[in-house]
Amino acid sequence: MKIYNAKPILIGLAIFIGLATFPLWFNMGKAAPPPDPKLDTPVIQRMAVKQCIMPKDQMRTEHMQLLNDWRTEVVRNNNRIYTASDGKQYNMSLQNECMNCHSNKSQFCDQCHIYAGLQADATPYCWTCHIAPKENK
Amino acid sequence: MESSRRNFMKIGGACALGLGALPIVKAYAKNEKPQVAPDSKALVATKWAMVIDMKKCWEKGKPGCKDCLLACHSVHNVPEIKTIKEEIKWIWNEQYEHAFPGQENHFLPEEIRQKPFIVLCNHCTNPPCVRVCPTKATFKRKDGITMMDYHRCIGCRYCMAGCPYGARSFNFRDPRPYIQTELNMTYPTRERGVVEKCSFCDERLAVGLLPACVEACKCGALCFGDIEDPNSEVRKLLASRFTIRRKPELGTQPSVYYIV
Repeated sequence: MKIYNAKPILIGLAIFIGLATFPLWFNMGKAAPPPDPKLDTPVIQRMAVKQCIMPKDQMRTEHMQLLNDWRTEVVRNNNRIYTASDGKQYNMSLQNECMNCHSNKSQFCDQCHIYAGLQADATPYCWTCHIAPKENK
Repeated sequence: MESSRRNFMKIGGACALGLGALPIVKAYAKNEKPQVAPDSKALVATKWAMVIDMKKCWEKGKPGCKDCLLACHSVHNVPEIKTIKEEIKWIWNEQYEHAFPGQENHFLPEEIRQKPFIVLCNHCTNPPCVRVCPTKATFKRKDGITMMDYHRCIGCRYCMAGCPYGARSFNFRDPRPYIQTELNMTYPTRERGVVEKCSFCDERLAVGLLPACVEACKCGALCFGDIEDPNSEVRKLLASRFTIRRKPELGTQPSVYYIV
């Protein structure tokens, strides 16, 4: 088999493959560190039983649903107290309840959200309105 | 397969019974959902209303007093943008002829014509803003409050066109840099592209506090209560004093009454 104009074609092919795989080799060895949400805020450290309103795994997968439901209950149905399955009561408020314990937004929320490719103040855009706690950095 | 008529009836009956039992099974299978409830301290009413005694405000208040406006705007992180087109206001001062157009004449007392009236969202019984909102971001609560769900607002500004009282403001830009008061860390700000307005302090009522403006007024010119309760302060005022409302001819049935 003979390739006509082999030289320019092969050069072109090499350039094309190089460009197409650019993201792969450019980012080689620069894997983003896995998210490491920190729980060492003063409020959490003072807690006797370090327990969020739901078990950790459930919180990890369902917190967005929970926040969505809380929003609906508070804004539209005017219900503001949430009774967890262990009987403890919580004020359904991202800004005043969640962030009271998790006062380290950049070390907690942002860790996974940025890793997962959610921009810090784009999706989820909680913080364009809700005020994040001041952090001592 | 052969089957007798009798057998067919038996099987049919069993199936019908099974289907009939389905709702019972479902009722038992339903796991108990975590409970949500209002705060026990919350102030409740059948219908909230406000009576503003302008006489008291002018006579007892110090001249140029803006306590109620400042209290509201600092509690709710309302920005101060100076241009008329972009300004954000929940509660503000208005002259009589603008607040009550159609009810003015040339010979009104100087006081009425010159002094500022306090105006805010009227929390109408029949709110045009709610009718026109395409996303139900603004809606009527059972207790009469016309609420805003900022999460749901798409910034189309139909409500602003609908509201005959100018009680709604649009965030043409990110309001945060314009918040002059100390930031209230327990209340959110708004973002660019949503409409905002007075909410009769729903967040304060929910924890048993009166609206910020009512609480801030030192001369008791603002009275807030349940208009459906014949023994409430507002009803007593409405029964004993002559009151007017803004643009009553539009049929929106405002819940804010004025003693002039």
